[in-house]
Amino acid sequence: MAIRSFLTGRVGTRATGAVPLVLRRAADWFKSPRPYLMFAGFGLLLGFWFLTVEVLKLPRFAEMPGLTVVVKEWLSRDPTYGLSIHTREYYTHIGTSVWRVAQAFTLATVLGVPLGLLLGWSKRFREYVFPLFEVLRPIPVLAWVPLAIVMFVRTESAVIFLAFLASFFATALNAMLGVESIDETYLRAAECLGANRAQVFRHVIVPGALPFIFTGLQISVGVSWFSLVAAEMVSGQYGLGYVINTSYSTVRYPTIIIGMITLGVVGYVTSAAVRVVGNSLMSWRVRELALRGPS
Amino acid sequence: MSVAHSDSAGATPPATRGPSPQTSPAPARLSAEAGTRGAIRIDGLVKVYDPQGAAIKAVDGCSLDIDAGEIFMVVGPSGCGKTTLLNAIAGFHDITAGRITLDGEVLCSAERPKAAAGSDRVVVFQNGALFPWKTNLENVTFGPSVQRKLSKPDALAKARELMAEAGLAGVENNYPAEVSSGMRRRVEIVRALMNDPKVLLLDEPYRALDALTKSVMHEALLRIYYKNKVTIFFITHDLEEAIFLGHKVAIMTTRPCRPKSVVTVDIPHPRDHRVLTSRRFRELVQETRAAVHEEARKAFEAGEKEG
Repeated sequence: MAIRSFLTGRVGTRATGAVPLVLRRAADWFKSPRPYLMFAGFGLLLGFWFLTVEVLKLPRFAEMPGLTVVVKEWLSRDPTYGLSIHTREYYTHIGTSVWRVAQAFTLATVLGVPLGLLLGWSKRFREYVFPLFEVLRPIPVLAWVPLAIVMFVRTESAVIFLAFLASFFATALNAMLGVESIDETYLRAAECLGANRAQVFRHVIVPGALPFIFTGLQISVGVSWFSLVAAEMVSGQYGLGYVINTSYSTVRYPTIIIGMITLGVVGYVTSAAVRVVGNSLMSWRVRELALRGPS
Repeated sequence: MSVAHSDSAGATPPATRGPSPQTSPAPARLSAEAGTRGAIRIDGLVKVYDPQGAAIKAVDGCSLDIDAGEIFMVVGPSGCGKTTLLNAIAGFHDITAGRITLDGEVLCSAERPKAAAGSDRVVVFQNGALFPWKTNLENVTFGPSVQRKLSKPDALAKARELMAEAGLAGVENNYPAEVSSGMRRRVEIVRALMNDPKVLLLDEPYRALDALTKSVMHEALLRIYYKNKVTIFFITHDLEEAIFLGHKVAIMTTRPCRPKSVVTVDIPHPRDHRVLTSRRFRELVQETRAAVHEEARKAFEAGEKEG
């Protein structure tokens, strides 16, 4: 299967030229207009922020912390509001949030992928479970907060449960759609070549659904962060959502922005990690897409 | 088809060129009974879709005799019900009445309306069904590996040999999407042959190919056939393809599908592209053209009425 071919086959040939390839890619990247457009995009936003708050001092933005204030605070060895890249606390908050997302995401994947595959594969199972699933799915995470607090004695479990919930539904739904997306002729072909039901599942259903599963996991890791922050704002003593919420009530506005930017960066890194894992498990897919040329 | 006799050798992969393959003996590892098995008998087959409601008769009273080891071509307009026939043999869906036997064994009948799908009757699909997540070699060894019929080294050796014979050496570790559509078709045929099937069921496999590739593919298929002598049940709407390849050509009526006439093609095998310009080939095309055209027109008019 995909994993096996990944471990045994073509990866070796690719890894041998790895270092020059990385350098070549970087050189190509800097030759293309892409990095400059990217910097321009960031520049526009930061410039707008700087201009409106600190240069023009527009009345609407009077309460906003300015760009330079935030950056100084963020990099300060002795931050006014107690949180910067030099304080241990900053990393405790990041670590706590990442650890919670990791647990919620793992749980959602371990439970959601098999559930989704079964929903797509077995009509009978689907008739039992899917209506229930579709009623629970639209309930917003915030609506679960009181129940989560009542259900779980430990705040920690309640927070993880909330972060788990939304990503679980996204994962299961995409895995199900992945199975449905598989062309019937693949199933017929496997059947005529003598595969039994378990082998069809392993050789056709799972790899065939994989592209959708990984799309689902990327969505899942995103909504996991989303619901985690919501949960941390409601309860908990650490975490980036907690930082943002308490900084608001104690009027430490620059710290809010530090928390937000940190969330953005950490969230980006986690979904990039999911994408990298997905691409390495689906080398067939990556090569197929590459053949279609740049889009 | 007029392009077929132009120099198509340039498009042929090097491995399939060379001396006439028909002189080489059948490889010993293939089943010794090849050419003597795979006789299909279809008796009064009826297939009605939706028996309670609209009751569309896709196939009605269809009887065909396919001899062991022959290439049997089924020609009919699109949507005439010929794929229904193939699906019944393959065991993809049930039949309403009638009987199909393979070498005397009943595949399906009124009592047991759905044949069990099995690797003695492997289908090559209209749009291709190579697993895109497996390399060509993994696709080819899929049958023996899931059935545990061959050890892994044996399966790999056989796969490499059959692939080389079909001009597929060098693409074993590529994914299907990375090779040409003509190659994909051959990989799929080799994947089927790996199971030593009694019958190959081909459902318009060359439909999506351009005329030049198609003519090269026809010769490649014949070359594979001369080595393996497996019964081939081949569905097409292309009359010239049918006469070029087949020992027999069944021209089917449109909905319900049944044989209008079965023509024996008296052009000796082995054949190659020169047959296309021979007089006998032209005569046969002319003789059968009117019948096929009439059915196509009926299908077209029926379509107009429904639409």
